[in-house]
Amino acid sequence: MNIFVIMKRTFDTEEKIAVNDEQIEEEGAEFIINPYDEYAVEEAINLREEHGGEVTVVTVGEEESEKQLRNALAMGADKAVLINTEDDLEDGDQFTTVKILEAFFEEKEVGIILAGNVAIDEASGQVGPRLAERLDIPYVTTITSINVDGKTVQIERDVEGDVEKVETYLPLLVTCQQGLNEPRYPSLPGIMKAKKKPLEELELDDLDLEEDDVEAKTKTVDIFLPPEKEAGKVLEGEVDDQVTELVALLRNEAKVL
Amino acid sequence: MGKKMLVIGESREGVLRNVTFEAIAAAKQISSDGEVVGILCGEGDLTEQGNEMVYYGADRVITVSDEKLKTYTSEGYGQAVKAVIEDESPEGIVMGHTAVGKDLTPKLASKLETGLISDVTEVSSEGGNIIFTRPIYSGKAFEKKIITEGLIFATIRPNNIASLERDESRSGEVTTKDVDIADLRPIIKDIIRKGSECVDLSESKVIVAGGRGVKSAEGFEPLEELADVLGGAIGASRGACDAGYCDYSLQIGQTGKVVTPDLYIAAGISGAIQHLAGMSNSKVIVAINKDPEANIFNVADYGIVGDLFEVVPKLKEEMLKVKV
Repeated sequence: MNIFVIMKRTFDTEEKIAVNDEQIEEEGAEFIINPYDEYAVEEAINLREEHGGEVTVVTVGEEESEKQLRNALAMGADKAVLINTEDDLEDGDQFTTVKILEAFFEEKEVGIILAGNVAIDEASGQVGPRLAERLDIPYVTTITSINVDGKTVQIERDVEGDVEKVETYLPLLVTCQQGLNEPRYPSLPGIMKAKKKPLEELELDDLDLEEDDVEAKTKTVDIFLPPEKEAGKVLEGEVDDQVTELVALLRNEAKVL
Repeated sequence: MGKKMLVIGESREGVLRNVTFEAIAAAKQISSDGEVVGILCGEGDLTEQGNEMVYYGADRVITVSDEKLKTYTSEGYGQAVKAVIEDESPEGIVMGHTAVGKDLTPKLASKLETGLISDVTEVSSEGGNIIFTRPIYSGKAFEKKIITEGLIFATIRPNNIASLERDESRSGEVTTKDVDIADLRPIIKDIIRKGSECVDLSESKVIVAGGRGVKSAEGFEPLEELADVLGGAIGASRGACDAGYCDYSLQIGQTGKVVTPDLYIAAGISGAIQHLAGMSNSKVIVAINKDPEANIFNVADYGIVGDLFEVVPKLKEEMLKVKV
């Protein structure tokens, strides 16, 4: 089975965010594979171990994403593709990314595509379903369990806390939710092997795309930090008094009761 | 010139979700005196729900009823909504940023080859542009976005944009449209309701959340009792989920859910940056923790340094007194 993972490089979850000149400051920040995409990589490897085939990880991004792709190869993916838009695009949105991915997948024979259900940076959650629509294959989002048997796929998905059991067919796109698996750490031999695994780099030209074809439909006009919270009030006295005071404050000052 | 807007309504077990009314309010703001048309998909007679959308400000509502629309699927709802879009040619579409909204709207946007701004917490207009504000980096920052071309398409985060007051004197037509729904590829076999007794996290006005300090699954009981009194939902930190005290579906944070209730009570949560990312934009935050140095006190409006197993039950008793 041809297994693909679309993944993205994001800020580490530990990072504090600073804004400089209406841009998120990237200087000095640590980057990781988007955590939800990591579930996708792990599940892709599991599917290959069970059903055979090949795992290809794909990123639309810039040169620096190579590191995260190598990490995915170290986890066990077979091949990586970086569609490098650094020289061609200044701005892009989900429409842009999907237009590029659509062109990439055009000639590919797809068994299953796995993606994270959302990226923790821009958090649009659009790329997976948008891509499935362009490729005219079914999709199931926020999956927490998947079982492939021939062409039939049994899935459990998280719907705001409820579990939905879904039956569908390959080819298919799924987006991964927390709880699906526990992503492995790359082993030392894995890291050594990853250095020799193929990492293909493509540009828009290679996909027969012009800048105009992928022009974004939306634009960010400002980025800012939320107003800083003033230090709160730590209540004092006996527990009973603190509780009474808290309820009074919630009623009279905060007016939330 | 007013813009014609479409609002995709959403119901759960026959009851419209609040975010539908909030979406109507957002659509009215975008349309500036244009027409706001509601659409509802489901099974059976949807007139009553249609009227409800009118009471909250929709000018008219189109319902699409079919047995294949009984439970939500992206393909079923996608076909129904697309048929209505083709009839109505709206200039904009608004829907709630819920599980259904997140699943359906990218499909529609992709089919229509348009932009989509998801998870919007504020709508405003500046110099002829409609500006959408949305949290990024899990609420550690915000961005303002505009649609540069084509349909104005957005999903709104529950609990952030105020709905209009319900007014039964508002009137509007509720019509039905027949759509021939083709066979669906993913089929829903079963839905296991885990939280049917509780209030959904993202729409809840009050959340009582527990962390490692809760110590066990049973430790969540006093929190649940407090949440019951307040009509709120239960949430948890990753620590509590990882320790197996509760289900991952309750996790609030950078991975997990991002919530903005009116009142967030954090009990036994130290306040790791990943957790703060999921809740720090709540309107009022109360922290209860043994450790006076806990990070959670830095974002809390009110803090009690103490043992949650002593404080939480007392808080419940006190809340009961004032809730009478």
